[in-house]
Amino acid sequence: MSAVAQNPSMPESDAEEAVGRFDNPALMRRRRREEVRFQAYGLIAIALSFSFLVILFGTIITNGWTAFFQTSIELPIKFDAAEIDPEGTRNPRVLAQANYQKLAYQALYEKLGLENPTRQQRRAANELLSRDMDTQLRRMVEADPSIIGTTQSVWGLASGNIDALVKGKIDRKVPQENRQVSDLQIEWIDKLTASGAMQKQFNTGLFTNFASSQPETAGLAVALIGSLYMMLIVVLLSVPFGVAAAIYLEEFAPKNRITDIIEVNINNLAAVPSIVFGLLGLAVFINFAGLPRSASLVGGLVLTLMTLPTIIIATRAAITAVPPSIREAALGIGASKVQTVFHHVLPLSLPGIITGTIIGLVQAIGETAPLLMIGMVAFVVEAPQTPLDPATALPVQIYMWATEAERGFVEKTAGATIVLLGIIAVMSIFAMILRKRYERKW
Amino acid sequence: MNYRFTALVAATAAVGLFAADSASARDQVKIAGSSTVFPYSKIVAENYAKANTNLKAPVVESGGSSAGLKQFCDGVGEDKIDIANSSRRIKKGEQETCAKNGVADVVEVKFGYDGIVFASDVKGAAFAFEAKDWFNALAPEIVVDGKLVANPNKTWKEVNAAFPGWEIVAFIPGEKHGTREVFEEKVLAAGCKATGADKLIAEKLKAAGTAEDKVKSATAKACMKVRKDNGGKHAIDIDGDYTETLARLSSNKESIGVFGLAFYENNTDKLRVATVGGVTPTVETISAGKYPVSRPLFFYVKKAHVGVIPGLKEYSEFFVSDKMIGEDGPLAQYGLVPLPEAEAKAVRETVKDLKVLGPLS
Repeated sequence: MSAVAQNPSMPESDAEEAVGRFDNPALMRRRRREEVRFQAYGLIAIALSFSFLVILFGTIITNGWTAFFQTSIELPIKFDAAEIDPEGTRNPRVLAQANYQKLAYQALYEKLGLENPTRQQRRAANELLSRDMDTQLRRMVEADPSIIGTTQSVWGLASGNIDALVKGKIDRKVPQENRQVSDLQIEWIDKLTASGAMQKQFNTGLFTNFASSQPETAGLAVALIGSLYMMLIVVLLSVPFGVAAAIYLEEFAPKNRITDIIEVNINNLAAVPSIVFGLLGLAVFINFAGLPRSASLVGGLVLTLMTLPTIIIATRAAITAVPPSIREAALGIGASKVQTVFHHVLPLSLPGIITGTIIGLVQAIGETAPLLMIGMVAFVVEAPQTPLDPATALPVQIYMWATEAERGFVEKTAGATIVLLGIIAVMSIFAMILRKRYERKW
Repeated sequence: MNYRFTALVAATAAVGLFAADSASARDQVKIAGSSTVFPYSKIVAENYAKANTNLKAPVVESGGSSAGLKQFCDGVGEDKIDIANSSRRIKKGEQETCAKNGVADVVEVKFGYDGIVFASDVKGAAFAFEAKDWFNALAPEIVVDGKLVANPNKTWKEVNAAFPGWEIVAFIPGEKHGTREVFEEKVLAAGCKATGADKLIAEKLKAAGTAEDKVKSATAKACMKVRKDNGGKHAIDIDGDYTETLARLSSNKESIGVFGLAFYENNTDKLRVATVGGVTPTVETISAGKYPVSRPLFFYVKKAHVGVIPGLKEYSEFFVSDKMIGEDGPLAQYGLVPLPEAEAKAVRETVKDLKVLGPLS
């Protein structure tokens, strides 16, 4: 340690000191080393978090991409008039009650070349097909009754276990007694695959199907609709309230003890664990106001409460960032306070407000905990028509699929996670573009 | 406020037993309760929707038997649930709460049995358990040479010479699960009795000055305790579900987990099941009453809602139909142990006539 370095605060020797430092090679080396070391720390930190991210995304994508494809079997279905509509009335009630599953099974026996299948063979063959084949065939007949009496080539879904085996999620090498798929079934699968009658096809059902207890027909539709309703409610309620509150607090409210208390409380609210909002929703919206359980309206209201503080804080920050000179100029040429705010301050802070809102929405769409309390962790077989109908949400659907016993739901869980991450990524990128485009530097 | 009013209307209608109440806004059945019953309830709801295209599908929530029964007993009205799923029988206290809130008439429906199995990693060693092995492995105090001492066993080999030398690590269901109660009653308490620990515990309690009339219940309670020594590494409570237990097993291959039979049957390529009392758990051995660790599964129907909420009775009847809970039905395929024919018949009668459950003792 040189004497110069020990007295860095002496103003009269500043110039000499600086020269002295640059002259001292040991000191220079130390400073350079410090710099290199600090940069290295930064790089290590970034590399570490990046590798975690890669591992996370890597496992989700490798586990989940297969969920976008589903094994299907091509079957020549005979829409036998004697079986579907013996009296030829074409009565919709008769058409709805026919045993379509049997038609699919018979087509399958034929495809497998089983002349007179034994009971065991029949059972093994039946397990190849999804138990929901009947719904698919019934819808075909209801849409076009004229196909009765004809033979149509139909791609039907294979059952969840068969799909898992084809995708390698069930190990063929495991002894037969421990495997969900028998040797005979594997033989059939290989035969069907070789002839091209069994293929993996893009799984539109992942987006259009409702809840199902079978992995092959389980879809995200109810969750997507529920999440959409909730986001609409959050935007409609939290943006006007949040922005109005922020403008008033920032531009009009006097700075006194009461506004200080409000400010502290808003910041506190932003840090309250989300499950607390769920409890509040249960007590206020369901028990007191009598709104229905499991409804996306209640979910939306709870998420609105959760998002409000985020939006208020972001809006206030955006408003503060507008330089006072703009306000002064507007006031100087005779604009009123309200005109100043709405004609000048608000338009200039809009990019910041929109970014803050989108970040709040991203938070809300990924939230699960408060929805647990208000009954949105539910099995909903039908599409919600209005926000008052029972619905689920994307993260809740992920949670529910994660707890299922069947192997097929493992990839479904990862697939749903990819969908949710995709939506969040799109929203975040949108926020970034808006910020880049309209942001002003003062 | 408007909704409170409609709820009130619905409640009055329910009390007045108006059939086909056109003012009722809710047109689907709402169900909540046990996570063990949840998959079965889902399968029924789904098939019910398929079979009755004119009725709306029920909405099923899962959150645990106790939580479901609490909601169920909350009262009568459009905003209250219609059915509670439960992996145990309703308790006396719950029934009283129900009655206090106007839910006096409850129909109890037992729809099948569920086995509880012990399993380890598929590549691991085979275990043949007796109840006393579990007691000697997991109780805080066991009998050694006729005396009650702090459990000295650290490995399975010390418990039973036939077992491998794995360290005792068991993943058991957490306290909030109905499965835990069954494990305690059918395994730990049975082992307590088999090893004679119950008598020694009772003597010890008497010597400590416990009142005579309380010794029995205190002994039963002490018999079901789980050890917490060595930092609690021997018995680990799983508060999540069986997927978590499975994940814990695959990260510690030398450990044993507790599963439901249905979950095990869907994961036979990853799990190796242990026998209890020499019996391998299967649907057949459980329905024959040979496998000891099983329990009945229930759902409870709010009678006041029948006729008010469309589809409630239809759903209940559909659930207990042979098509659903029969031996070839989808529930048995998932892993439900079907009721014996006589019991199934009785249950169908109960649902058909809506026989109300009498006060429990």
